Amino acid sequence: MAVVTPVLTFEDVRLSFAGVRAIDGVTFDVGPAELFAIIGPNGAGKTSIFNVLSGVYRPDSGRVAFLGEDLLSRRPHEIAAMGLARTFQNVELFHNLTVLDNLMLGRHHHFRYGAAAAVLWLGRARREELAARARVEDIIDFLELEAWRRHPVRLLPYGVQKRVELGRALAMEPRLLLLDEPVAGMNLEETEDMARFVLDIRDELGIPIVLVDHDMGLVMDLADRVLVLDFGRPVALGTPERVQHDPEVIEAYLGGTA
Amino acid sequence: MTAPPGVSGGRSRRVRGRPLLYTSYAQDMALLDTRGKRIWTGVLVAAAFAVSVLLADRSLEVLAVAYVLAIGAIGLNIVTGYAGQVSLGHAFFVAIGAYTAAALSGPPGGETLGYGLAEIWIWLPAAGLVAAVAGVLVAPLATRLRGLYLAIVTLGLVFLGEHVFKEWKELTGGPGVGREAAIPQLFGYRLDQDGPLGTKEQVLYLLMLSLLVVFAVAARNLARSRVGRAFAAIRDRDIAAEVIGVPLTRYKVLAFGISSFYAGCAGGLLYCVSGYVEPGSFNLLLSVQFIAMVLIGGVATVSGAIAGALFISLLQPVTRALPALVPVISGDTTQTPNVFQVETVLYGLLIVLFLVFEPRGLFGLWIRARNYWKSWPFSY
Repeated sequence: MAVVTPVLTFEDVRLSFAGVRAIDGVTFDVGPAELFAIIGPNGAGKTSIFNVLSGVYRPDSGRVAFLGEDLLSRRPHEIAAMGLARTFQNVELFHNLTVLDNLMLGRHHHFRYGAAAAVLWLGRARREELAARARVEDIIDFLELEAWRRHPVRLLPYGVQKRVELGRALAMEPRLLLLDEPVAGMNLEETEDMARFVLDIRDELGIPIVLVDHDMGLVMDLADRVLVLDFGRPVALGTPERVQHDPEVIEAYLGGTA
Repeated sequence: MTAPPGVSGGRSRRVRGRPLLYTSYAQDMALLDTRGKRIWTGVLVAAAFAVSVLLADRSLEVLAVAYVLAIGAIGLNIVTGYAGQVSLGHAFFVAIGAYTAAALSGPPGGETLGYGLAEIWIWLPAAGLVAAVAGVLVAPLATRLRGLYLAIVTLGLVFLGEHVFKEWKELTGGPGVGREAAIPQLFGYRLDQDGPLGTKEQVLYLLMLSLLVVFAVAARNLARSRVGRAFAAIRDRDIAAEVIGVPLTRYKVLAFGISSFYAGCAGGLLYCVSGYVEPGSFNLLLSVQFIAMVLIGGVATVSGAIAGALFISLLQPVTRALPALVPVISGDTTQTPNVFQVETVLYGLLIVLFLVFEPRGLFGLWIRARNYWKSWPFSY
């Protein structure tokens, strides 16, 4: 891995809220086409890491670089335009809009036309919209969302909403995808579907992924490398096999003393 | 990047009896995406134009005002319905448009400000732009405040405006006096006088109807574009919108700017019909009227805003006839209860009833009726 330049480097980041250390000196990097997982008990700082990455939180110290560029001084929408896409733990879709509009919103920063062209819907605006519509159709096909195109997302079953959110992130044509608990609250069948999509995204689309989840089986099956957190501190980092047999991990997370 | 097949929009065909079968993305994204919609919208617009020779001048006047109010309501719907930024200050932007237009088109050297630019293609965009600038200046508040707090601050604008317009007598003529409104003139032809094209009311009716069509189509286009989607994203979930790449501040400012542009244009046109502007008319009631139009018509729909504006405007002749029918209600503002109080109560009541029973407004009622007949005779 040493010769390959990482897509994302996260270096000694610290973040605290009024004395609570949410992230306490975490370091990791994500390689191209790698599926990197972060696990840990509730409150371990997993989602805080995502919020730092997408620009929602600003850490107290540390360095975060994405494709060689510093992330910490940027606004969330600028980070999105750089190609960093994410999904949320609790589905954060635009619930009055249709599946199509949600996916089209993922392409927001790919459009170049402005408000004046939008009002006329001629030339460039129309061309770009039609091209985006075609790209979105590929994602609908990829995620098997054909049946739901024109449904407002608030009416859709939870599992489908999760898939739409994944689709919205994919529509951004990301260069790194952050998935925050993609299978939370799903049954076995939905979990397996989602796992298949996640693997396809990495293997067919070649997009590196950072995955946060509680589902141990899923994480250990899918991930190339795993970072284990406990109370914001890194406990272990390595391949799933190594992490699973790490005594500190067993104590902190898997429970019991081995 | 090569365009996928069908994107050019060149070859697309319609299959008889399958109105929802789209064979190109252009069809899929069209404003009027089924044959039925195209035909009936065409019939409706044609009927609206035909009405200009069928109805009496008095009715045309009411409808012309309704169309202008519809332009204003579409504007409010852009910022409040689509972008979710509650604004009670719409009357303020309408006033700015009204006085910009009146001052530009007014005769120079009179008692009130006037620059003698009566050509409508000069003062109408100017009225919109000046109001839009005011909207853009107010917008930064929306990036700091949201929901109720924003509503209160925009409410403050109305009172601020009311005071300024009452005191600034060179511009407005002062309370109780007022001034002449914008003079609509197109290439030297006065549109507010009887002439070869028809009576004053007929010409103004056609002018307002044509402008409404233009403004409505523009708003529909905006709503289905990246801009309209970004507005809706900010309304539904602002944090998620920012994380997927929508710059919040820029789009909130844009929403206020465009909304105020519509308000300004509506303001410029609104008083052409009566020919007279009084500074007291830009009060909270006017803002509430616009909100009632949006809520009763249908939030975040252009056709709803138009329906709401027509509904409220056509309600007025009915309420104004009340004193003759119900002796308790007086037509005099100094007495209680008077028609104006009844109207205010009625707007409030209608807003409450619609919010409780059909939050989608008249547009929602229409959708319900349509779905009922689509599946008729089965209930679902």
